[in-house]
Amino acid sequence: MEGWDPNTKSTLTKIPLLGTKAGPRDGAAWTQRLKEEYKALIAYTQMNKSNDNDWFRISAANPEGTRWTGKCWYVHNLLKYEFDLQFDIPVTYPSTAPELELPQLDGKTQKMYRGGKICLTVHFKPLWAKNCPRFGIAHALCLGLAPWLAAEVPILVDSGMIKHKDDATTSTES
Amino acid sequence: MEVELKQLMADLQSLNQSLPDPSLHASLLKIQSRVEHLASLAKSEPVRRSKVKDMSAEVVDSNPYSRLMALQRMGIVENYERIREFSVAIVGIGGVGSVAAEMLTRCGIGRLLLYDYDKVELANMNRLFFRPDQVGMTKTDAAVQTLSDINPDVLLESYTLNITTVEGFETFMSSLKNKSFCTSKQGSGVDLVLSCVDNYEARMAVNQACNELSQTWLESGVSEDAVSGHIQLLIPGETACFACAPPLVVASGVDERTLKREGVCAASLPTTMGVVAGLLVQNTLKFLLGFGQVSPYLGYNSLKDFFPTMQMKPNPQCSNFACLERQKEYILAKPARDAAVKAKLEAEAPSTEEGPLHIDNEWNISVVDDCELDVSSAKSSDILPEGLTHELPVADDFRNIPTSEAPTTDNEDLEELRRQLEAINSK
Ligand SMILES: [Zn+2]
Repeated sequence: MEGWDPNTKSTLTKIPLLGTKAGPRDGAAWTQRLKEEYKALIAYTQMNKSNDNDWFRISAANPEGTRWTGKCWYVHNLLKYEFDLQFDIPVTYPSTAPELELPQLDGKTQKMYRGGKICLTVHFKPLWAKNCPRFGIAHALCLGLAPWLAAEVPILVDSGMIKHKDDATTSTES
Repeated sequence: MEVELKQLMADLQSLNQSLPDPSLHASLLKIQSRVEHLASLAKSEPVRRSKVKDMSAEVVDSNPYSRLMALQRMGIVENYERIREFSVAIVGIGGVGSVAAEMLTRCGIGRLLLYDYDKVELANMNRLFFRPDQVGMTKTDAAVQTLSDINPDVLLESYTLNITTVEGFETFMSSLKNKSFCTSKQGSGVDLVLSCVDNYEARMAVNQACNELSQTWLESGVSEDAVSGHIQLLIPGETACFACAPPLVVASGVDERTLKREGVCAASLPTTMGVVAGLLVQNTLKFLLGFGQVSPYLGYNSLKDFFPTMQMKPNPQCSNFACLERQKEYILAKPARDAAVKAKLEAEAPSTEEGPLHIDNEWNISVVDDCELDVSSAKSSDILPEGLTHELPVADDFRNIPTSEAPTTDNEDLEELRRQLEAINSK
């Protein structure tokens, strides 16, 4: 696990691993995989809460569990910045990771593909490929989104590309 | 012309203002309105060529196919006009796919199926094909607009969708299966799929569809640093599929660690993309019209003008189930293949004196059968030719992982787990 900070590393190892290699087109095997996804997400969310590092909410947006929506947030200079989070489970999952999208930041940063898909580091895809099918949604959030927010939100705030919601209200009032 | 008319209008305007005699104003206004009328005519009526029923070899400047039909006269291609029977699906209408679509359109391909979910934006203007006035249109609509102008003989189908989603993938599959264009065709409804996408996820989706449909496809790609690219032929069961081994990429020679990636996702050049599109369509034409040899894998390192090649056999341990099915079928069909090769050789033997004959689709049969015997010619995934490298590592063999690691309780209810997550989420 070269190229990862020790914090990410130690958190990652505590998220339960998954065992079923199945994608959304695999019928009953996908249901089994979904159960494992839920268990990993529940464990990861609980872990974040007990470490006082709660930073996302995610839930399935359809009964098939192929589309997920929620929120994620990051605290910078004691202010909380919150964003919508969404992604689809690709047909080739888990061979390929879900492409995490922050639609509100589309066009605001270079570290993003069109449609608000976050641009992952060179370390993400190799690690995901190596650990297929043991990594799931929770691992993608931990390895993909958390480091992205930590790197990009401070830049977006400092460069004025995004404003804190209280700032925005005061500026419109004045 | 537009500029000239505008200039003329401006001149008339200033003449009108400087004229001391008001009696001349009326006739000047008349001239002005006629120029205005001309300007609107020039705008609204671009020249459109009409459809052509049969491809003619006649060399006249009004024949759009004369130079292509000359390939047949020169003996390069046996029957060029067959191109009108072929359907090609292009997935990804970006810097490579749009140019490939234009090339095939100009070549008079029968039918093109175009897939993309993106819109044209100004940031695309460093690449070929799209124009600034198309900004905001979907890439598929903009492509149809331009391509139908260039050659109205081509049947164009556009699909604005993302093939990696469950819904998009289903539409993708059913569009490939539709045989209405050429009902006598065997297999799927298209002759070749060209993958011109820019990411691993979409390539894996194309691979999945083509493995399931036993559909031959050509993969293409340009590196994120814009200085290298590749094309690859994939025949399910016969050659390695995209999941058989980690994707191969051309080493640019630039050290990954010194490559400055901060601040940007990807660079792009019209040159590299144009070269790759050219290589892709050249091999498409060779495949469809049965001339020359189709490259199993051809890399392009633009910094050194180096073109590494190689070929890969399928991996019997491939993680893709459909790939393993195709591999089984390919092995079962070996006696029939051998018999066909033998019959072909016998049929061709006496006729060789009659003149230069084309060994139709030779690559399809002999090259691969050679490598079935000559193991050393087909590189294993560990030994790569100079200048090529794997983009991703191989997955650890998860079947060897002790079962205690994998969750074993499957009698839990999915709804219950969903409720549990919602309960934690709402706390
Ligand atoms: Zn395979």
